[in-house]
Amino acid sequence: MNCEECGKRPATLHLTKIVNGEKTEYHICEQCAQEKGDVFTGFHNFSINNLLSGLLKFDPMQKNGRESSTSKPLRCETCGLTYAQFSKSGRFGCSDCYTFLGDKLDPLFRRIHGNTQHIGKVPERTGGQLKIRKELEQLKSALQRYVASEEFEKAAEMRDRIRMLEQKMSQS
Amino acid sequence: MSQQQFMQNPWSNWMKGEGPDSDIVISTRLRIARNLRQHPFPLLATDSQAEEVVKKVTEVSESEAMRKRHRLQMIQMDQVNPLEKKVLVEKHLISPHLAEESRKGAVLLSKDESVSIMINEEDHIRIQVLLPGFRLNEAWEMGTKIDDIFEKHLNYAFDEKRGYLTSCPTNVGTGIRASVMLHLPALVMTQQISRILQAINQVGLVVRGIYGEGSEALGNLFQLSNQVTLGMSETDILSNLYGVARQIIEQERVARQYLQEHTRVSLEDRIFRSYGILLHARTMESKEAAQRLSDLRLGIDLGVIPNVSPLVLNELLVTTQPGFLQQHAGQKLTPEQRDERRARLIRERINAGRPSHDNGIL
Repeated sequence: MNCEECGKRPATLHLTKIVNGEKTEYHICEQCAQEKGDVFTGFHNFSINNLLSGLLKFDPMQKNGRESSTSKPLRCETCGLTYAQFSKSGRFGCSDCYTFLGDKLDPLFRRIHGNTQHIGKVPERTGGQLKIRKELEQLKSALQRYVASEEFEKAAEMRDRIRMLEQKMSQS
Repeated sequence: MSQQQFMQNPWSNWMKGEGPDSDIVISTRLRIARNLRQHPFPLLATDSQAEEVVKKVTEVSESEAMRKRHRLQMIQMDQVNPLEKKVLVEKHLISPHLAEESRKGAVLLSKDESVSIMINEEDHIRIQVLLPGFRLNEAWEMGTKIDDIFEKHLNYAFDEKRGYLTSCPTNVGTGIRASVMLHLPALVMTQQISRILQAINQVGLVVRGIYGEGSEALGNLFQLSNQVTLGMSETDILSNLYGVARQIIEQERVARQYLQEHTRVSLEDRIFRSYGILLHARTMESKEAAQRLSDLRLGIDLGVIPNVSPLVLNELLVTTQPGFLQQHAGQKLTPEQRDERRARLIRERINAGRPSHDNGIL
């Protein structure tokens, strides 16, 4: 396929842009992309990162001003990466970024993969630990509830189960 | 085996030219991206954190369970020179990113080079399995077993919802990228390739040229790989890729047959012209070499040219690259010097007709 702009060089960049449900496709060569500054700025070192950050900037949530300067910027509390930094680099800083940036990532994953939920392999050991950790969280909140309602016998039961699970965690 | 041999010896297991459909599928590659939960991703890690990751990963690689499967040797990126790194990239054992941009990057290589595990590339761990021919399932079997061994000892960054967490959102979920290297000269000659490439993009797969820039595929070599890593199981990803690759292989076979039946003379003319030039040229640019070698490969596959082993072509794919030429010469070379050496090397190897045999200058 030849470039839609110059019609001479082969189209090396294939972009699909969807704005308000309207789909526009571009098939252009790199030279024309550089010249067509408004749509494709910063093409000089074009990489997957640029494409990704392009995807993120089309995020309608940002357009509506949800991330205005008055609200606290969304950031990962472990590594400090902000959503703005992420949308610039297209790379996460640590595994906790996925938790802190949370649901805001759903549209991005949907655009890249068409999905948001993993259904493949689950690591045997880490997967097992994950289950225990979830159970622990539940038990701990139950423990607090029982303490608050002064049901100490049940609270003690929770405490023992928590200890048991914590031991199991540290052994594996 | 010394570290040097990985850089001196051009031979990798993937070049063996064996395995199913090896006339069209040169090699199969599977890559698994994994990260450790308690460490920032390599991009943000400090030097000491990155060193710790290297230490942890190599410890597991030396464990009993791993040694039973693979004897791995480590090469640290800051201990090899730029030319040597280039050679490793040209042999597809490491990525350009690991060679040029990683901090405290390292690679663990198996003796036959079919397994290469990159540490501190974009992700903490990237397990790569590289096999000759069309062998997706086998590559996955090997890769997933290595993955299991690592997982026994390392705390992976894994999330029930998102799966294996990776530095780049394009790899999250299964973290796997499977690809096949395809030689598709007949589809290019019959101008069907662009139609096929477009169709492929619509089924969650990507194709790109292996050498060369942009959509131009030098030597008619294309890499077909999965794009989607989240929301599909590994088995589905692999069978999807397998199915599409299978169809492309069949189409290429049909196109080859068509060319033989309808344009035999001009096809053979093209093949023999290239053969003649490869045997006699005194200087050759890499672009021309790629095209001529592709013609010769087709000639061998079609039985038009006997007595040249396709293995030589796989070897030349790597040894005619700039890094390898310079490594072999033991010095930096100007482009003109490279073109001369490239032409000489091609003459030698094709005349020798068999690999690992150095018979001096023609």
